[in-house]
Amino acid sequence: MTPDEILKELYDQTMVGNAPRVLELTRTGLAAGMTPDTLLYDSLIPSLEEVGARFERGDFFVPEMLIAGKAMAGALEVLRPLLAETGAATVGTFVMGTVKGDVHDIGKNLVNIMLEGAGFHVIDLGVQVSPEKFIDAIREHKPDIVGFSAFLTTTMPMFKANINALEKAGLRDQVIVMVGGAPVTQQYADAVGADGYAADASAAVKRAKDLLQQRRVLANA
Amino acid sequence: MHTVLRSPTAEVIIGDDQPFCVIGERINPTGRRLFQEQLRAGDLSRIEVDVAEQLAGGAMVFDVNMGMPLADEAELLAAAIRLVQTQSDRPLCIDSSVVEALDAGLAAYDGKALVNSVTAEDERLDAILPLVKRYGAAVIGLPNDENEIPEDPARRVELTRKIIHVATERYGIPIEDIVIDPLAMPIGADTSLVVKTLDTISMIKEEFGVNMTLGASNVSFGMPQRHAIGAAFLPMAMARGLTSAIMDARASQIVDAVKAADLLLGNDAWGANWISTFRARQGA
Repeated sequence: MTPDEILKELYDQTMVGNAPRVLELTRTGLAAGMTPDTLLYDSLIPSLEEVGARFERGDFFVPEMLIAGKAMAGALEVLRPLLAETGAATVGTFVMGTVKGDVHDIGKNLVNIMLEGAGFHVIDLGVQVSPEKFIDAIREHKPDIVGFSAFLTTTMPMFKANINALEKAGLRDQVIVMVGGAPVTQQYADAVGADGYAADASAAVKRAKDLLQQRRVLANA
Repeated sequence: MHTVLRSPTAEVIIGDDQPFCVIGERINPTGRRLFQEQLRAGDLSRIEVDVAEQLAGGAMVFDVNMGMPLADEAELLAAAIRLVQTQSDRPLCIDSSVVEALDAGLAAYDGKALVNSVTAEDERLDAILPLVKRYGAAVIGLPNDENEIPEDPARRVELTRKIIHVATERYGIPIEDIVIDPLAMPIGADTSLVVKTLDTISMIKEEFGVNMTLGASNVSFGMPQRHAIGAAFLPMAMARGLTSAIMDARASQIVDAVKAADLLLGNDAWGANWISTFRARQGA
């Protein structure tokens, strides 16, 4: 196969979530001397972006998004150590958790899979994550973004409590805060002082990338 | 076992020898931006449309949820309940995770309501069950605790046992007024989840014989042709012992499937409901 053929098929097979074939093509590409960057940025990531776009249009459904994300994550496992050598290991680091008082995690897990598929390094703290636990994780992992998930109107106020705790710990400026969950709205995200909100897993990935890009532009300005 | 819900002029009985209790899910602002804006502006008129559409579709009880960010949920829920009661004689399912809102909703309601819901968390049991007892309501119990929403049916049964024990022993709520939610999960996220819900239903039916309800629309979340999935799921769940669902009562495909299952499971004597529904449509 030529490099172009490999990129094309990798793109197609990622989109349909054919994990074994995606892994095989990734290895084939590397063996043929293609760089991890090329495989990632010219094939895998654009493919997953297309999956996200189709999902948002209603042409793709949740299981399709999940298998594509998982296929991509498999390829990333092979690529990540190599990317680390070139300094392009991840798009960014994301610390994620369902807030204290809340044990819902299906939506959060969907977002995690899509974030990982998009090249983020995701640290999932699970459910019932206290403000202290978020702070500890942020100190330890120094993420670009922290995500708070809540499924209940009674647990959404923990967003504000978490943000207050970040401020108190002097960490608020060091991390982008994203929030989400079934009852959450953009208006609520704004009211609690979050940096970003998204209504579904695909939109969350896009928003995370945009926020990261904005922050990097600002940092370099 | 019969769970009886009442309005001033009507009664609905949930039970395994009764027609399946269709609880309309629609009066809920989650994910409805326009409705949220209207409610914030004090305009509750959309609720009248929701009531009429669900009633036409076959709702026997209305779930009323006013949970949305940055609103006085207690006040809204009480107002919504009063409004719904002027529109229909159906009993109501008062739905909130805010204890004060449940209290306000129960105070505003005239009749015997179904409270949606209490979990197996100690704090929630001790906050919500006294209200259920005080107002003489029935209550939906969700078998999740402070650590997890368990996937394992046996663990859900364990938490069901805890809810029933605390409600009956500590708060003196009759077991027939406890309706357990066996937890319906999205099939799109994991295709093993719905079988676990079905197994949970069988186990709860066998061990406690209580009535059960669940959020049926969860099952088809993120999938195409949601109504077809709902129409397949509910009859399966009914055959295992599910006696009610909070569901899309406007979707005739789903409601028809439920009515057909009632007939097939022996809860529609002589097919009278089935035939009269057909005849009413023929005349329309």
